[in-house]
Amino acid sequence: MELDLEYQNDNLLVRVSGEIDISVVDSLRQSLDRAIQEHKVAHMVINLQRVSFIDSSGLGVILGRYKRLLAAGGHVSLVGMQPHVKRVLEISGLLRIMKEYSSEAEAVAKVG
Amino acid sequence: MKVVNQLLLEFKSISENVAFARVSVAAFASQLDFTINDLEEIKVAVSEAVANAIIHGYEGSDGGLVRVHVLLTDSAMEIIVEDTGKGIQDIKKALEPSFSTDPERMGLGFVFMQSFMDNLHVESAPGNGTRVKMSKAPSTKMSAAQAGH
Repeated sequence: MELDLEYQNDNLLVRVSGEIDISVVDSLRQSLDRAIQEHKVAHMVINLQRVSFIDSSGLGVILGRYKRLLAAGGHVSLVGMQPHVKRVLEISGLLRIMKEYSSEAEAVAKVG
Repeated sequence: MKVVNQLLLEFKSISENVAFARVSVAAFASQLDFTINDLEEIKVAVSEAVANAIIHGYEGSDGGLVRVHVLLTDSAMEIIVEDTGKGIQDIKKALEPSFSTDPERMGLGFVFMQSFMDNLHVESAPGNGTRVKMSKAPSTKMSAAQAGH
């Protein structure tokens, strides 16, 4: 798994690539929490375009960050899910509470 | 149904082996007529079952062994994931969505196994490990069978 973080005002753009399972979730969780804390992030856009696999451990990391930002009045938005990744998010119910956008720019414009 | 091929994997209970297990099983499953979508679903189901064995069965300890047995017939695949860890106290409760002992986990492992496989059967007893048996037939063959061909 590789992680690219970009800050735009109080928005954090998270570009993840590779496979998200229990072998990487601790490191992913720590990186995101540190970024939220150090840069006073209100809104997180997670770009999953290059994610080829995700299971419930990866969804747990997304949900945990969602709860944290929501409690502070922020949001988490999703961009670029491949169909099989999207299916996992649909079954989990995460797509009922998080919005999906067609691009990072649109996600930032809508809530940023 | 006659078993035409089988695979047996046994590996240490470390999280790095979760990817190894799902990729190996999916590669083996491709001997049947599974679609790419089927194979992606099988990967998720295997990932969840093996992760459960490591995190819950062995409570994150690397001292256990996880065993994955895959049986192929000419029309379906059966996957058995076993550990000899602490077992499940209440299987019925564990199968419920959002049952998790850890707030960062979603308790969706069994939900994905149920959603992505045709059948799921869990055997477990406290102190005696867990055995998850799941099976799936290729979607194309199921559609043909349902259509009466």
